[in-house]
Amino acid sequence: MLTVDGLVKRFGGFTAVNNVSFQVEKGEILGLIGPNGSGKSTIFNMLSGTLIPTAGSILFDGTEIAGKAPHRIINSGVGRTFQIPRPFHRLSIFENVALAGYYGQGSHSRAKADEAAERALAMVGLPTDRHASVDGLGAAGLKKLELAKALATGPKLLLADESLGGLDEHEMDQAADMLRKIRDELGITIIWVEHIMGVLMRVVDRVMVLDHGEKISEGLPSAVAGDPRVIEVYLGTDADSSQAAAGEARRKAGV
Amino acid sequence: MNPRYIASAVGLAALVALPFVYREPYHLHILVLILIWSFAYTAWSIMGRFGLVSLGHGGFMGVGAYVTALLWNHLGVSPWIGIPISMVAAGVLALIVAYPCFRFRITGHYFVLVTLALSGIVLQVITATRDYTGGSLGYTPNRAPSGKGLMALQFDDKITWYLIALGVWVLGLLIWRWVDRSMTRYAMEAISEDEDAAAAAGVNVTAEKLKVTLISALMTALAGALYCQYQMFISPDTVSGIAVSLQMVFAVIVGGLYVSFGPTVGAIITIMLAEILRIGFGTKAVGWDNLVYGVLLVVFIIFLPKGILGSVLDRWKTQPKPTERNEQEILKAARR
Repeated sequence: MLTVDGLVKRFGGFTAVNNVSFQVEKGEILGLIGPNGSGKSTIFNMLSGTLIPTAGSILFDGTEIAGKAPHRIINSGVGRTFQIPRPFHRLSIFENVALAGYYGQGSHSRAKADEAAERALAMVGLPTDRHASVDGLGAAGLKKLELAKALATGPKLLLADESLGGLDEHEMDQAADMLRKIRDELGITIIWVEHIMGVLMRVVDRVMVLDHGEKISEGLPSAVAGDPRVIEVYLGTDADSSQAAAGEARRKAGV
Repeated sequence: MNPRYIASAVGLAALVALPFVYREPYHLHILVLILIWSFAYTAWSIMGRFGLVSLGHGGFMGVGAYVTALLWNHLGVSPWIGIPISMVAAGVLALIVAYPCFRFRITGHYFVLVTLALSGIVLQVITATRDYTGGSLGYTPNRAPSGKGLMALQFDDKITWYLIALGVWVLGLLIWRWVDRSMTRYAMEAISEDEDAAAAAGVNVTAEKLKVTLISALMTALAGALYCQYQMFISPDTVSGIAVSLQMVFAVIVGGLYVSFGPTVGAIITIMLAEILRIGFGTKAVGWDNLVYGVLLVVFIIFLPKGILGSVLDRWKTQPKPTERNEQEILKAARR
């Protein structure tokens, strides 16, 4: 469904993403992890058109989308959320989502937009009341809204920049289950970006690990968690998950 | 039937009937000016309300007025054709200036500066080509031979002009309302908050901004052309330049940026103010109105940012509604 080949992004002399290639199969959830500044968001921004790659190709459903305008990529079936929710405060919750339904599908039909908004809001569990204000939402609510906006654009591929940092454990589990539900019920392929490994590892089919703009590991969650390079990267940056990963590695090594 | 429609219909009927009942020429003259300028201010607010603050609208107005008059005087083109041509010219000018701005994300203060330059350039062109335009001395469309008034869009009686201005003013309000109820409004509100997030919702940011800019420029050029046909005299100071652009910003902010009748209230205030100064102080007060505008603009931005009409309507609406409690409960549920 998505084939990324030799993707490079340089900002001046700094290489944020260096020659990264990967594939995403239809219907899978790919986890994209790595410490802060490893290039996850930069890759996302190139996939969604916000940034233009320095080099490399991005084939989505057989079409090259690298360097295309963001709205064209969204219209071709890619949906995205932002790490820090970016709601439109001057619009109601419903209008936020209806806007994405109207422009995101390229159909430009008011009725279809409202319908898409209602479905997306119901999916994430937000009220479909037309006038409820965005300002009443908490951190978890804003993340749901972000997801509803992306869903309303009718994506085949969802780029979920989900940083769960601001949420408590219960909310994190909820968010993770939500992504799985979106894949299972709507058949949407998902790339999920996160810098905490814990929750992500439970949900994803495959994981890709980035460090300093390069891909250092890729594979099944259990295999990646045991990869010594991954453990090295995570040691000290994320105590919990790296210890868990290290523990698992030790068990495997029979120590 | 919706009581609002009935009220609008009654109000409109009263406005149409007015000149047949009340014929005082000076007062009708002031009303025509108010209606034409209201239309121009409404045009400005269509983009201004979304944070696209333009100081270039004096330029569009100047193009509307001068192109129409020059075509008539030099080529004998009837204003009925000249006005659409002048509007197209203003539209093309708007696209030439706005496209690079939007494409390369020139927003906020920088956008204001670019449009300010546009005002200056149009003014300079009019002054520099004085052999054709009369320069700063102004320009008068040739009088049509008698009996050809309709073809030349020149009318001597105030009632005809009043009705034309009224029609155009209503058209302006309808366009404002149409934009206000369209999806473009949502898109523009989103764009004015966060262009990247709007693009991620699938909005073609550049195209939507160009759309409202184009609508606004076309309307402004029409206002300029009508002003020229009505006054039968234009000068760079009255229809173009930075002073006219500033006057638009001032009037809309004073009247109310986010309500349909705001620009109209702004026009009533600015034109009354200019007339009072003119009658009260005569030629001694030339330019004073700009000074008063400037001071009032600062006062309004600080104390009444929604303008006179916007603030009045707000106060009206803030009486608590029974549904508000429901909304709070729904939100509480949503938070979890």
